[in-house]
Amino acid sequence: MRTAVACTWAALLLLALPPLLLGIVVRVKAIAAGRAGAPLLQGYRDLARLLRKTPVYSGTTTWVFRAGPIVALAATAAAGCLLPLGAGAALLAFEGDLVLFAYLLGLGRFAMMSAALDTGSSFEGMGASREAAIGSLGEVAVFLVLVTLVVATGELSLSAIFAGLDAGGGNPALWLAAAALAAVLLAENARIPIDDPTTHLELTMVHEVMALDHSGPDLAFVEYGAAMKLAVTSALLVGLVWPAAARQPIALAGGMIAVAVAIGLVESAMARLRLPRVKQYLIGSAALAGVALAAELVLRGAA
Amino acid sequence: MTILVGAFLLLAVGACATAVVRPVRAAPALAAIAGGLGCALGVVAGVAALARGAHEIWTVAWSAPIGSLAFGIDPLSAFFLVCVFAVGGLSLLYAAGYFAGEPDARSAARAAAWLQLLVAAMAGVVIARDAISFLVAWEAMFLASYFLVTFDDRDERVRSAGFVYLVASHASVVLLLVFFGTLARHADGLAFAEFAAAPLAGRPAMAAFAVALAGFGIKAGLWPLHGWLPEAHPAAPSPVSALMSGAMIKMGVYGLLRSLAFVDAAPAACGMALLAVGGVSAIAGIALALAETDVKRVLAYSSVENVGIVALGIAVGMLGRAAHAPAVAVAGFAGALLHVLNHGLFKGLLFQAAGAVAHATGTRDLNALGGLLRRMPATGALCLVGAVAISALPPLNGFASEWLIYFGALSAGRPALGGGHAAVAIAAVPVLALAGGLAVACFVRLFGVAFLGEPRSPEAARAHECRPPMIAAMALAAVACAAIGVAPGLALRIVAAPALELAGSDATGLAPAAASLAAVSRVVAWLVAAAALLFAGRALLLRRRAVARAVTWDCGYAAPTPRMQYTATSFAEPALEPFLPLLSVRVRRRPVTGIFPERAELDAAVTDPGAAAIARAARALTAPFERLRALQRGPVQLYLLYVLLTLIALLVWQVRA
Repeated sequence: MRTAVACTWAALLLLALPPLLLGIVVRVKAIAAGRAGAPLLQGYRDLARLLRKTPVYSGTTTWVFRAGPIVALAATAAAGCLLPLGAGAALLAFEGDLVLFAYLLGLGRFAMMSAALDTGSSFEGMGASREAAIGSLGEVAVFLVLVTLVVATGELSLSAIFAGLDAGGGNPALWLAAAALAAVLLAENARIPIDDPTTHLELTMVHEVMALDHSGPDLAFVEYGAAMKLAVTSALLVGLVWPAAARQPIALAGGMIAVAVAIGLVESAMARLRLPRVKQYLIGSAALAGVALAAELVLRGAA
Repeated sequence: MTILVGAFLLLAVGACATAVVRPVRAAPALAAIAGGLGCALGVVAGVAALARGAHEIWTVAWSAPIGSLAFGIDPLSAFFLVCVFAVGGLSLLYAAGYFAGEPDARSAARAAAWLQLLVAAMAGVVIARDAISFLVAWEAMFLASYFLVTFDDRDERVRSAGFVYLVASHASVVLLLVFFGTLARHADGLAFAEFAAAPLAGRPAMAAFAVALAGFGIKAGLWPLHGWLPEAHPAAPSPVSALMSGAMIKMGVYGLLRSLAFVDAAPAACGMALLAVGGVSAIAGIALALAETDVKRVLAYSSVENVGIVALGIAVGMLGRAAHAPAVAVAGFAGALLHVLNHGLFKGLLFQAAGAVAHATGTRDLNALGGLLRRMPATGALCLVGAVAISALPPLNGFASEWLIYFGALSAGRPALGGGHAAVAIAAVPVLALAGGLAVACFVRLFGVAFLGEPRSPEAARAHECRPPMIAAMALAAVACAAIGVAPGLALRIVAAPALELAGSDATGLAPAAASLAAVSRVVAWLVAAAALLFAGRALLLRRRAVARAVTWDCGYAAPTPRMQYTATSFAEPALEPFLPLLSVRVRRRPVTGIFPERAELDAAVTDPGAAAIARAARALTAPFERLRALQRGPVQLYLLYVLLTLIALLVWQVRA
């Protein structure tokens, strides 16, 4: 019975919440700019509309192009099943699942980049190339944060890590790790200051430009997958900053919404970085995570 | 043992028959049948030996001064036999298709014979149990591969690549002679059993380990000793590259693992040194692969990366063993071994796909390819499997082995282990992460630029699908990649026995990794189910809708041409940029000048500073010997004079003594 409830909550948070998060980001930005903004539920309407549309395919593309959004969405969903979402341990938790979590997101990236290259468009190739660069550096920061968590808790499963973090509140190393994770979250989800989801110039896009040729249900999968990735990564951040929430579905949802609000505020306050700066931003966040790990090792040595 | 002898006999008879068979055209097919059967038998023998946990030694009497030769099989040998024969069999099958169209049928027949001898020599290296038989098999392996690398010996570049390979291999042999000589003096014998009974300890052990690491590292292609790899692979025919990269460089890994028993419980310092070497190899290898545009050189550099990953696994295992942490040690060694097998499969597959592409288009330059998936659908799909597998992404096999190494390294970070030396192993985690991220970039690029989009040259536009035996070989490798990826728990059983022995642990050391790998299978099943569900949903949505076709949306530009596509070079630039200060870039440009500029050019190439430094050092070392050339003048009379002078000198020496 308990597992059924847990599964329902996890499904709600993983499958139903994501479009709302994007709606919240957009709404916060609108309010910050003094506009009324789109309805909070606009994301769901957009998805329904896209699913009803008939796609148009370029004659250059092959089955790789059609498979890309599907594989990316499935990989993100599978990664979500490894996170403790609300009630107790994750659906598919096991020792060492944190590596699989990161690599499933990597599979999604591989699929989207291949689909982009399949169009033969210079713009989409450019987007894929930038995504590859951001992904390779972001991965280092993510893994350094994960190692810090392993050292801090002695656990190898995301569920057990969040369960074990309760005792470790007030650990400065974990705050550094959280800051690094927040920085990578913005990069991984193609938000300002790395990428601007509302930009109109294809030359400056990263994520959006990779989806230029997708349409209809394929585009719905891309948009939904991106929203789900935002939900999954913000759940990870909430679990790190506020571990108690990982066991409370309502609190977790509140935390994820708070992350969305924070993203909206960041996007309202900052401009996008120049592309050459992105490298420094990512290396900086990896360095921050490295400092967190070093601090954790030193603290452990002192204790 | 009978089965193994049968495998050797089939390969030897097959090689002889291939060399003399008439008509010559039938030789590659004969090699595939005889050698392929031999390899199948060899795989069976290896698996059977693993299953029964064999520890056998066979001594062969030998009338030469060294007494007898020893051969034997144990779990480590048996595992490497499986790798060698599996990759060997696939390469022979592929070669039957590849050489069938070779205009010079005589050379093709010779190459097919050498291929079988190379497989047999590698199996010989693996079962050798004394220094003499090991070195003889090692040299036989080199000779067979040398004649394969110089297959196309009318090409100046191929001859020069062959020479680089010759020099590198012999440098390796010299180091191995020093290593085995030291051991033999210490143990007062030449058999491996004697080396293991009286292992070196302390400082001599560390020095011997360093020599072994250098000697075997040259063969394995560890950075910066990898210089011969990116030369020899593009020169060799593709089935040879597949076999060399898939199996032969792993003989260096085998040698290193074997020699761990001779340097008693190799101290933690050795593990840390190997961790550093492996980490540098992994990152330098993949960064250089990302910088290359020649398909086969990309794959050669990626071998440097993958051997680096294997070395990281071994280092994690050594550190775990030194810290008496069996969970760390077993996962590290098991990951390293499984990665040896996996890399044999997916790198063999990718080299074979590269060979098919080179065959179909006549070029290996990525920037001249494109759109091949439409023209070579089977090769393209199989190459995609290899690309996903080598990027270590689930649900394929590369992930299983890298996961094991991650698991070992992360376990070392648990405070429960009391820190100490083992904690150093967590340094492997960010290195693996960076190498993994760059590998994704590298192989999306390789597959995407070659197979997707529009053809960038008329040659690529005229490409055709390759012959059935080549597709069959690639398909078998792809199926093996998928099987290991979906059921990594079963694959763990193959590496369990040797890994436990290397880690010095009992079967309990394997339990944590085995339980988690079973869970990986579950997640992979969910992933596949979710993807299938989405495919079905999409098909349902698109039912009875008329899907339209158009040109690629290029932001309003109506006449996109293939030249506008991102090239391999431009794709790599952003990911490579942070590493450029560490690599040397050669840029040749003719800039745009004046109001009506004429032709402008930009040509950038990344060169490998490590290999260049080693080459410079080698030249400096050999420069003094250049003076000896003065002795070589040509006239026979002069040489007779040398003989006379030598005899007189000897006479004087004898008289004075």
